[in-house]
Amino acid sequence: MDLSFSAEDLAFRDEVKGFLTEAWTPELAKLFRNLDTYKEGQIAWQNRLNEKGWIAPGWPEEHGGVQWSATQHFIYESERSAVGAPNVVPFGLKMVAPVIYGFGTEEQKQRFLPRILNSEDWWCQGYSEPGAGSDLAALQTKAEIDGDDYIVNGAKVWTTYAQLADWIFCLVRTDSSGKRQDGITFLLIDMKTPGITVNPIHSIDNQHTLNEVLFDNVRVPQANRIGEQDKGWTYAKSLLAHERTSIAGVPESKRKLRELRELLEGEVSGGQSLADDVLFQNRLSNVEIELMALEYTELRVLASTESGQGPGVESSLLKIKGTEIQQSLQQLYMDAAGYYCGVLPGDLSEDDIGHGFADSARRSYMYGRAATIYGGSNEVQKNITAKYVLGL
Amino acid sequence: MNFNFSEEQNMLKDSVARFVQDEYDFETRRKNAAEAQGFNKAHWQTFAELGWLSIPFAEEHGGFGGGATDVMAVMEELGKGLVVEPFVATVLLFGGLLKKSSSAIQEANIPNIIDGSLQGAFAYLERQSRYELNDVKTSAVREGDEYVLNGEKTVVFNGVAADKCVVSARTSGEQNDEAGISLLLVDTSAEGVSRTNYRLMDGQVVANISFDNVRVAADQLVGDEGAGFALMQSVVSDVTIALCSEALGIMQKLNATTIEYTKTRKQFGVAISSFQALQHRMVDTFMACEQTKSLLYRAVCSAESDSEGREKDLLALKVMVGRNGKLVGDEAIQLHGGMGMTDELDVGHYVKRLMMINTTFGDADYSQQKFNALVR
Repeated sequence: MDLSFSAEDLAFRDEVKGFLTEAWTPELAKLFRNLDTYKEGQIAWQNRLNEKGWIAPGWPEEHGGVQWSATQHFIYESERSAVGAPNVVPFGLKMVAPVIYGFGTEEQKQRFLPRILNSEDWWCQGYSEPGAGSDLAALQTKAEIDGDDYIVNGAKVWTTYAQLADWIFCLVRTDSSGKRQDGITFLLIDMKTPGITVNPIHSIDNQHTLNEVLFDNVRVPQANRIGEQDKGWTYAKSLLAHERTSIAGVPESKRKLRELRELLEGEVSGGQSLADDVLFQNRLSNVEIELMALEYTELRVLASTESGQGPGVESSLLKIKGTEIQQSLQQLYMDAAGYYCGVLPGDLSEDDIGHGFADSARRSYMYGRAATIYGGSNEVQKNITAKYVLGL
Repeated sequence: MNFNFSEEQNMLKDSVARFVQDEYDFETRRKNAAEAQGFNKAHWQTFAELGWLSIPFAEEHGGFGGGATDVMAVMEELGKGLVVEPFVATVLLFGGLLKKSSSAIQEANIPNIIDGSLQGAFAYLERQSRYELNDVKTSAVREGDEYVLNGEKTVVFNGVAADKCVVSARTSGEQNDEAGISLLLVDTSAEGVSRTNYRLMDGQVVANISFDNVRVAADQLVGDEGAGFALMQSVVSDVTIALCSEALGIMQKLNATTIEYTKTRKQFGVAISSFQALQHRMVDTFMACEQTKSLLYRAVCSAESDSEGREKDLLALKVMVGRNGKLVGDEAIQLHGGMGMTDELDVGHYVKRLMMINTTFGDADYSQQKFNALVR
C-alpha cells in the first residue's frame, strides 16, 4: 500500500495548479452561469485545455490524447474541482470518442476525433427512447438499409443538449428476429440531416437541457456505422461502464461540501449560525464520511484500471453512492436556503433577493433528481451488482 | 499509487487465513471462549510460534517491525475467524503502550509478549468515564521510590488472564484534566490488587480491577509522569484501526455467509436469493462493506505516512464501522430468518462482536461528534 506522491506527481500537481490559476478566469466562469452563453464558455474552456494538451486524458496519444497515471488523474480532478473549473462535456470526449478509436474505421477516426478535440463538433447521446429507459435493449428506433444508406425512423428522448449538438450517436435496431441485444447497431448521425426534429422538454428545474429527438426517414450513410451491423450493444456496453465511473462526481461533491460549510457560517437561525446547528453538523458529516470513503473507492477502481483490470461492474457502486451523495448535498443546500429555496428570480439579480446561492441550489436540486435515473437508474445498478458481483 | 499488500504482508495474511481455516472452526471458537480465561492457551502458543505476537515490535526486541498495514492484514483475517485470543489486549494495547516506555521496561517485557509467556491488559476505563480517556479518578501518589495506587478500573479487556497491566492514574490535576495522567505498569499479583471477572456478549472475559494502596516502583512508569494522555491517545488510535480491520473481516464474512444462505434456502419453491427485495438489500450491505474498506485503507495510509488528515480519517472510519457494521449485522440476521436468531449459528456471534467493536473507544455517535468538532 503506497499512496504517497512521487516527486514527479508533486511536480505534476504544481503544473496543474499553475495552469488552472491562469486558465480558469472569472470572465470564463461568468459565461458558464447562463444558458445563453454556456456553450461559448464551454468551448472556450475546452480550447484552453486543448492548447495545454490536457483535453483528452485516457485517449491514445496517436489521436491527440494524453496518458496519465491513475494518480495523475486523481491529482488533476482534485485540483480542478478545488478551483471550481468545469468538466469537459462528456458526450464527445469521453463517451463517443472511445468507441470511435476503439471500434471505428481509420477514416472515422480521422474524420471525427480531431473535431472532437477542437470542440468543433458538439455531440449528444441517442440511447433512451419512450419505451426504452433502464431497459435499453427494448429500443425500437429502426434503421433499414437502402443502397449505401440506412433509413432511420423513431424517437429518442431525454437527449441532453440536443438543441446545441452537431452530431448524435445512436443505438438503432437493425434486426428484431433474435435476442434483443443482438440486433442493435451503433450509428453516428449528423443533426442537420433532413427529417430530424428536436423538441424541447422543459424540466422541473425550469431549464431546457433535455430534448426529444424525432427521426422521420432520416438518411444516414453506412459509412457512419461503428463496427459491424447488429453488434452495437457490445460497443455501447464498454462505454456504459465508463459513464458510471465518471458520474460518481467525487471532486465536484468535495467542492460543494466545502462551499456549503462556508455559506452555513453566514446563515443564522435563532441567533445561531447554522454551522453550529448539531442536526446540520451531523447531516454534513454523514455526507462527508461517505464521500471520504467514495474518494478511496474511486482510487481503488482507478488503481485496478491502471493495473490493466479496467473499470468493471464495481463502477455501479460508484454511480449509486456518488449520486446519493450529490442528492444529499443538494438537499442540504435547499435546507440552508430556507424560504429562498423557492424563489424564482426572473429578472431579479441575486442582490435583489439576497441568499445568492438559493437559485442555483433549487436548480441543482431539481435537476439533480435525474442523477439517480440516468446512466441506468440506481435500481438497475443494484440489479447489475447483484447479478455480476454477488452472483445472485 | 497502489493498494496492494507486499509479498511479506500477503504471506502474513495467508498464514492467519490458513490457521483459521484449518484449526479454528466455529466449534473450536466456542470451546475457546468457554475457557475460564476466555481463550485457548495452546492456540496462543501457536500464535507465538507463527510469529504473529511479534508483529508490531521493533526488531531489536525480537519483533517483526510491522506497521499499520501489517496489523490490518492480520486483524482482518482474525475477524473472519472470530478469533477470541487476546491479540488486541496483549499485543496491540498493552504491548503498544510498553513500546513507548523506558528501554529497561521494554527489554524486560516485550520478549515475553513475543514468546507468548506474558499476558497483558490496559486498565483505563472507570465507572463514570464512558469514552473519555481523560476522565480518571484513580490516583497514584509518589512516596519515595514508589507510587501508591488507589482506585478501580472496569471492563478491563483480558483482565482475567493478564499477568501485568498498564493502569492510567492521576498524579496531578482534576478528574477530567488531560494533563496529570500517568501510566503505571502493575503486576496483577501485587498486594492490594483484586479482580472481579465477568463475560461480555462477544465472548471476551473481562475484569473490574481494584487497587487498594498498591505500591508500584517508580521505574515502572510508562512514559513521563503526567504525560500519559497523549500516549494513551496515540496507542488507542492505532488499536482503533486494528479493531476496524477486524470489523471489516467480520462484515465480509457475514456478507459471504448471507449470500450463500440465500442461494440454498428455498421458499415458495425457489431460492430466496432470486427475490429482488433481498438482492437489493445484499447489494446495500456489499456497498457498506466496500465503503468501509475504502475508509480503512484511507486511515491506514494516513497513519503510515502520519499525514495531517490522520485524526479525521480515523474518526470517519470509526463512525462508518459502527453504522455499516450495524447494517451488515442486522441484515445478516434478518436474511437468515429464524435461523439468524439461533445461538447455534455463528451469525449472531459475529454480530455481537461487531457491536462490541462499535462500543470500544467510542461508538459511532461519539466519534461523529468528535469529527464534527474537528472539521468545524
